Amino acid sequence: MNRKTSRRAFLKGALTAAGTIVAATPAVRAAEKVIQEDQEPLVTLIDIGKCIGCEECVYACQDANAHKYPEPEKPFPKMLPKRVPVQDWSGKRDIADRLTPYNWLYIQTAAVTIDGEETELNIPRRCMHCQNPPCVKLCPFGALKQEENGLSRIDSDICLGGAKCKQVCPWQIPERQTGVGIYLDILPSLAGNGVMYKCDRCYDRLEKGELPACIEACPEDVQTIGPKSEILANAHALAKEMNGYIYGEDENGGTNTIYVSPVPFDQLNMAIEKGKGEPHFNKVKNMMADGTNIAKAMVVAPIAGIAAAFGKFYLGAKEDK
Amino acid sequence: MMKNSGRTRHIIYLATLFLLFVSGFGQLPIFKRYYIADIPGLAWTNQFYVTHAIHYVAASVLIMLVFYVLVDFMLKGFRVGQISITGFVKAVLILLLMISGGLLVINNLPGVFLPQNGIIALDLIHMGVCMILLLAGGISLFIKKSWVKV
Repeated sequence: MNRKTSRRAFLKGALTAAGTIVAATPAVRAAEKVIQEDQEPLVTLIDIGKCIGCEECVYACQDANAHKYPEPEKPFPKMLPKRVPVQDWSGKRDIADRLTPYNWLYIQTAAVTIDGEETELNIPRRCMHCQNPPCVKLCPFGALKQEENGLSRIDSDICLGGAKCKQVCPWQIPERQTGVGIYLDILPSLAGNGVMYKCDRCYDRLEKGELPACIEACPEDVQTIGPKSEILANAHALAKEMNGYIYGEDENGGTNTIYVSPVPFDQLNMAIEKGKGEPHFNKVKNMMADGTNIAKAMVVAPIAGIAAAFGKFYLGAKEDK
Repeated sequence: MMKNSGRTRHIIYLATLFLLFVSGFGQLPIFKRYYIADIPGLAWTNQFYVTHAIHYVAASVLIMLVFYVLVDFMLKGFRVGQISITGFVKAVLILLLMISGGLLVINNLPGVFLPQNGIIALDLIHMGVCMILLLAGGISLFIKKSWVKV
C-alpha cells in the first residue's frame, strides 16, 4: 500500500472492493436472476392469413445468421460403423424450400378452400421454441440452452451432432451438418457426427434490443413478438375476429410460437408437403409430461424406503416377543 | 427370513442398477449407431422417451432402497466404522449419482433454467461417477468384498 494513501482513501477503496465482491456473489446473481424470471417469455404470433409467400423473412434470416452457419472441414472423417450417415449441406446452401443447417426458416404452402373459394396459404416454418423444450432438456451433453426469454438454441461449440434433439423434437426441426464441431477433436470416427442447427430466434439481435430478422424484414407484418400474455390475448382476439384456429398454444405442453389460421390445422396439415425438413401440423401431446409426472412421484421414494425399514423393524421386534 | 430379505434386497439393487446403466447409456445416441437397438427386443433402447421414463422409475426404486438400507442400518445399531472400504466408496458414488441426477431431474421440470455450464458439469459428473461405480462394483465383486466388514 502506498504510504501516502490516507486512511479515508484506504477505507473507501476497501469498501468499493468489498461491494464489488458482494455484487459478484452467487446470492446476488441469483437475486438478479429471480428479477429477470419475473419477465414473461417472449412469444411470436404468426398470422397465416397475412403471409404472401414473398420469402423476405427467409432471406433476412439467412443474412442475419450467415456468420453462424457451418464451414465444414473436408474430407470428412471415415465414419464407423458405416451406417452412420454423412450429412453434407455445404454444397446446397441455396436450398430455401425446407429446413437445412443453412436455412432455418422456410415457407410452406397449402392449397385450401375458404368459403368455397380455392386459395393458397403460405406458412413460415421454423423452430417452435417450446416452453419445456425436449431438445434442450434431453441433450445428454447440455449442448442446448433455453433462455429466460423463451428461446432455445444450440451451442455449436459443444454439440456433437448425435441428432438426439431431432429425434425427440415433435417436429424434427434441427438439421445436421457433418464435418464441423468438437467431435472432430475427440473420436471423429466413433462418436458424434457434426453439429445440429436450427432457428435461435436471433438471440444475438434480441440481446441488442433488435427484432429477430424475419420479423423485421416482413413487409406484411405477418409476425409479431411480445410478452406471452399479450401475444396470447392478441392471438385469441385474431382467431375470434377471423373465425380462425390456433396452433402452438397447447402443442407439446405449450410453445412460444402461436399460429393463427383461417382454416383448421388438421385441414392445413393434409394440404402441406411433409417430410424431411418439412414439419407437420399434427396435434402434439406434451412429450415431457411422463417424465415430469414420474419426477413428482420420485419425492415419495425416500418416504417409502424409510417406512419399509421401520415396518421391517416393527415386524422383527414383534416376532422376537 | 432375514437371509431371504437380504437376498431379495440384493437382487432388487442389482436389477435397479442394471436398468439404470442401460437406460442411462440409452440417453446417449449410441444404441442405434452400434446396432444394439437392432437386436430383437431391444428396439426400445433407441426410444429416448422410453429410456428416460425407465431411468426415472429405476432411480425412484434406487432412492427408496438407499433410504431403506440407511434406516435399516441405523435401526440395527450398525456403526459407520463397520462399513468396508469398497462399501464406503460405492456409497459415496451412489450419493454423488443421486445428487447430480436429482439436480438434472429438477432441471428437466418445466420453467426451470439452470445455467448451461452447470448442466454440462452435472452431465459429465453423472456420467463419470457412473463409470467409476461400474469399476468399483466390478472390483468388489472380483475380490468378493461385502458392504460391511465381516
